[in-house]
Amino acid sequence: MTRESPLAGVAPEPGVAKPDPILVVEHISRAFGGLQAVDVGRLEIQRHTITSLIGPNGAGKTTLFNLLTGFDHADDGHWHLDGGALVGIPAYRVARRGVVRTFQLTRSLARLTVLENVLLAATDQRGESLLGGLLTPWRRIERANIVKADELLERFGLEHMRDEFAGSLSGGQRKLLEMARALMVDPELIMLDEPMAGVNPALTQSLLHHIRGLREAGKTVVFIEHDMDVVQEISDWVVVLAQGVLIAEGPPAHIAANQDVIDAYLGRHHGEAP
Amino acid sequence: MNWADIFFDGVLAALGPVGAAYALSAIGLNLQFGYTGLLNFGHVAFMMAGAYGTAITVEFGGSLWLGVVIGVLAGAFLGLLLGIPTVRLRADYLAIVTISIGEIMRLVARSGFAEPLTGGVFGIQAFANDFFALNPFSPGARYGWGQFVFQGRALFVTLVGWSLVALGLLLTWKLVRSPWGRVIRAVREDEDAARSLGKNVFLYKLQALMVGGSLGAMAGVLLAIEQQNVTPNSFEPKVTFFLYVIVIVGGAGTIVGPVVGALIFQFLFFFFDSLMLSAQGQGYLDWAGFDATDAAQVKLVLVGLGLMTLMAFRPQGIFGNKEEMLIGDT
Repeated sequence: MTRESPLAGVAPEPGVAKPDPILVVEHISRAFGGLQAVDVGRLEIQRHTITSLIGPNGAGKTTLFNLLTGFDHADDGHWHLDGGALVGIPAYRVARRGVVRTFQLTRSLARLTVLENVLLAATDQRGESLLGGLLTPWRRIERANIVKADELLERFGLEHMRDEFAGSLSGGQRKLLEMARALMVDPELIMLDEPMAGVNPALTQSLLHHIRGLREAGKTVVFIEHDMDVVQEISDWVVVLAQGVLIAEGPPAHIAANQDVIDAYLGRHHGEAP
Repeated sequence: MNWADIFFDGVLAALGPVGAAYALSAIGLNLQFGYTGLLNFGHVAFMMAGAYGTAITVEFGGSLWLGVVIGVLAGAFLGLLLGIPTVRLRADYLAIVTISIGEIMRLVARSGFAEPLTGGVFGIQAFANDFFALNPFSPGARYGWGQFVFQGRALFVTLVGWSLVALGLLLTWKLVRSPWGRVIRAVREDEDAARSLGKNVFLYKLQALMVGGSLGAMAGVLLAIEQQNVTPNSFEPKVTFFLYVIVIVGGAGTIVGPVVGALIFQFLFFFFDSLMLSAQGQGYLDWAGFDATDAAQVKLVLVGLGLMTLMAFRPQGIFGNKEEMLIGDT
């Protein structure tokens, strides 16, 4: 916790420029019929930090995730990762560019084993092409990948479930598996959609520990979270969405005291005498 | 009634060329449905593409072997054609499109304007003489032991048919155990998860449709050659559903499941066929006033009951894994 934040000198105002951004959104918007789900101006994500994305229900957090990772198409906008444009690129290519996301409802591949779930995420397996699977010596690459996958499973405490179907894991174990799987891709930027939702307090601590571990390993993390205690504890920076618009960003302590944010969560007239 | 005869009618039908063709076709469907989760309700269209591809090529002066190649390629091409517009959409759309294409192809083939090409309702005959010219057995002679006998002509097709099944099994085995197979199973489980891990889901679905479609087409070629005859009405939608029964009874998403399913299905079908015909012939059904047509209908009821019994006791299929099936439900 004594770590010097690279964002120490950055002004806590929406759209502020960061010293070393990995992801830069210049503008992004998406409407569903008459509802403007996301309409965000400038947003920069600092490299090697943990950024929380918060906001009331329906604020457009998951939609923003979907747009940035190619799972949904923006009506308009421009954003880039390390200078390379990501607009209009299908989800699987976004993943190959080093941006991996998880889902609010965990997506474990139920009838694959835990090990297979992780192996699937390897990016260097040429045996994944139709002819490659038949003709190339994919087993050599596979052996190296299994070593790596086993390390990840051990790190996330899943090694005893290695050969079980992922569908037989508990809810919390699935969250851990999803994170291990995301790491197997070796991403630069990991986007976690409510990793702590529906998880018991002990597991929350373990997940927080793993998320910090990601930052230590040189990854950048963006995650959606509702629990302000968790956000306070772990974030280097907090971004607040409300009704699709970026209303505030800044260090966690600053956000907790921000009147606009409190208003967005609780309504503008809270605390006033009726 | 001679139970041994009735039993062997079932066994010989199961091991015969039609059993082999169903097994081969079901291997293709299993790759699409069992492993990739694609709801292809028009597998018969792939068989038809193979059968007509071969017959039409020969009719227009090509060699039979060229015809076989064209037939199989036609199956792969049909997979591409059907897949491009549909596999991006939800699973039900593929189901609707495939079932329609099967019927469209059958109706077009039997219509008047297509007659110069397809022979209309009468179809195309006698195009596989080159194949039978290679028969090492003497066509009329009988080979086998006791009641287990094949005529020389049928024996040749049977051996070729089951060799193709063996090759189909080898191909699926190699494919589904490879990393490619892991990706298609992941696509079956959750497309979005596969996408988020960098897999081009669209491409994998297309490939599964095309490879499975070629296997289906090869089965169609085999049927066409065996019968020396292709007619539109051998490609009714029910064939697709027979194949689903075969895949599910044997165990969807297992390697040998479709083959065992085909054997069981063919056996039950012809066992009960022979049983009912013989019972009716000997007057055992006179009390109900059944003629031969009624007996054939009752046979279908019995086949259905037999299959339902199998499903009740082994819902996961003969080779399926119960634990795996239950996980799939939740």
